[in-house]
Amino acid sequence: MRTRFTEVAIRAPGDLLYGIAPRPVSVGRGLTLGGGLVYPESNFTLPAMTINEAAWPQVIEEYRQMAASIIKRACALEVPGLVLEFEQLPALTEHPAWGAEITALVREELERAHAKHGLKCALRVTIVDLRDATRPPRLRSGPHWEAMREAWRRAARAGADMLSIESVGGKEVHDKALVEADMAGIVYALGVLAARDMEWLWSELVAAAEVEGAMAAGDSGCGFANTAMQLAHQKMLPEVLAAVVRAMTAARSLIAYECGVRGPSKDCAYEGPVLKAIAGCPISMEGKTAACAHLSPLGNIAAMAADLWSNESVQNVRLLAAGAPEVFLEMLAYDCRLFNTAAEQGRREMLRDLLVASDECRSPQALLLSPQATLRIAAAILEHAGDDYRRTLAAGRTAAALIREAGAAGRLSLSKVEARWLDRIARDLDALPEDAAALEAEVLPRYGELFDPASYGTPAPALGLE
Amino acid sequence: MAELSQLYDAIITGDAKASVAVTKEVLDGGADPLELVTKHMIPAMDEVGRRFECEEYFVPELLLSARAMKGAMALIRPLLVAQGAEPLGRVAIGTVKGDLHDIGKNLVASMLEGGGFEVIDLGADVGTDKFVDAVTARNANIICLSALLTVTMPAMKTTIEALKAAGLREKVKVLVGGAPLTQRYADEIGADGYGENASVAVSLARRLTAARAT
Repeated sequence: MRTRFTEVAIRAPGDLLYGIAPRPVSVGRGLTLGGGLVYPESNFTLPAMTINEAAWPQVIEEYRQMAASIIKRACALEVPGLVLEFEQLPALTEHPAWGAEITALVREELERAHAKHGLKCALRVTIVDLRDATRPPRLRSGPHWEAMREAWRRAARAGADMLSIESVGGKEVHDKALVEADMAGIVYALGVLAARDMEWLWSELVAAAEVEGAMAAGDSGCGFANTAMQLAHQKMLPEVLAAVVRAMTAARSLIAYECGVRGPSKDCAYEGPVLKAIAGCPISMEGKTAACAHLSPLGNIAAMAADLWSNESVQNVRLLAAGAPEVFLEMLAYDCRLFNTAAEQGRREMLRDLLVASDECRSPQALLLSPQATLRIAAAILEHAGDDYRRTLAAGRTAAALIREAGAAGRLSLSKVEARWLDRIARDLDALPEDAAALEAEVLPRYGELFDPASYGTPAPALGLE
Repeated sequence: MAELSQLYDAIITGDAKASVAVTKEVLDGGADPLELVTKHMIPAMDEVGRRFECEEYFVPELLLSARAMKGAMALIRPLLVAQGAEPLGRVAIGTVKGDLHDIGKNLVASMLEGGGFEVIDLGADVGTDKFVDAVTARNANIICLSALLTVTMPAMKTTIEALKAAGLREKVKVLVGGAPLTQRYADEIGADGYGENASVAVSLARRLTAARAT
């Protein structure tokens, strides 16, 4: 059952702060997220190795060693609390028993630390959305969906406190539209297809999490906006396009919360501040500490409203100091110590403003993460709260306007090539119809063969086009 | 009659309609199809690649140019076949077993196609048997392997070993690419080439096929 947000939880940019969420949540062993403190969320993964039955003992040992070393360092640094994220690899979701076995061992390590050191802690498990393994993806049935559902349940039973996913509904169309910079296709993928899948998927996942006693903890537009961010980083796409796509993913990711999610959003969801402004939920964010996984222009500003501070994903490789997961936990711990000390001394707003100011004017993607931009995008979404397509379009148009305004005011400098692309993107967005059915009729000839209408709850062929 | 420079311009600006129209007109006027490709179309794609390398163009522009090239090639290829000319190369491309990421692979496939190669797209999560089959049953002479995950990179090595085991390694060039890859890794697993982006992949494939021909 989906209940749409119609008003913001945070009304003023000044109230969008790190460590404080209007609707904090208690989870795991003594943690309250969004209740005043920022906690590290440590995410770790295997080095280059094959996952199969023969290698399984080594896989287990790698995970056990990573979890133990992270927890040990967290206790040594006296972190106020810790979230571990076990983000599954495809093979671990395909074999739900494998994913559950790792979940159980990480949970054991956390429980031991809680019992021995009083470490407040929780475990987030993120399963892999396997549904796009076939072309076109089958989203609502079939072995991939069944494996995911089983992995979700088993992770909860094995001890996950929070469950997340980076879902991919609509991505089959978005991937093509993105690399062609086709705004009609991009908006259709996010505002129509992804929205339909999010509503269906999260209704299923929230219900399953409740049955198993775990907290549903949100989605991420990673497959859409982070793909765009990385392609922009490699100079394959204009950065203004990545920024606009990011804003539009907020309308999509919000649907998880409208379907009953309460937990902190995923770290790689840079649309998190908009989710926090509307849903009031705590959010996990990643910035410079995620450079182990990917580079970004958002190193500091990403922390400005974070309730969990994450490293995205780090491989278990040996560095001079220690294993990389332990090293990155230390970086997260010191960042959180700074955030929390500033707050304790009454300087939360000041540090937040510095985090924003240090990045905001250096990149269109960073610009859109500022508190002011966040609330403008949130307002645009809520202006069309009842229409997934129109609110996605509104978020995109507002993002383009914000970048243009910053450029005109001399706060943001765009290259000639980027400025030309911004004009094109704004013009293309303005030219899109105000009605989803009209857009669908326009884009189906280009994208209709890429997706399965039944997977989006629509009869085939979609819209009766024959 | 259309000027041949119009074909060059149409490809650079990604105007597929113009590219096809000009090609048709000049072919009807008796132009040599091989000369069209080598003297006008490939130089145009080289210029597109140059603009990409110096950040004047992004991938959407590359793809439009590739599409314009492809449209023209659809008219020219049958004539080349009739003349007995071999395609530049036949490429089988796929993301390796266990990896579902295919954006990079799709970009490389489009660029290779635009670059005049015949492309067999095997998709994502592709097992070694399909790559072997592409060589034995479909005469691919270039294999392109893509991976985004560090845990699926070993499948590239497995695929190269499968080609060796099938006695096919000397018949094909193997190119690898993907975010976590390096030239060093490519060398370690015995690949013939590594490209850090789609544009590089095309020039690399051309270089390797040219080396094979000499």
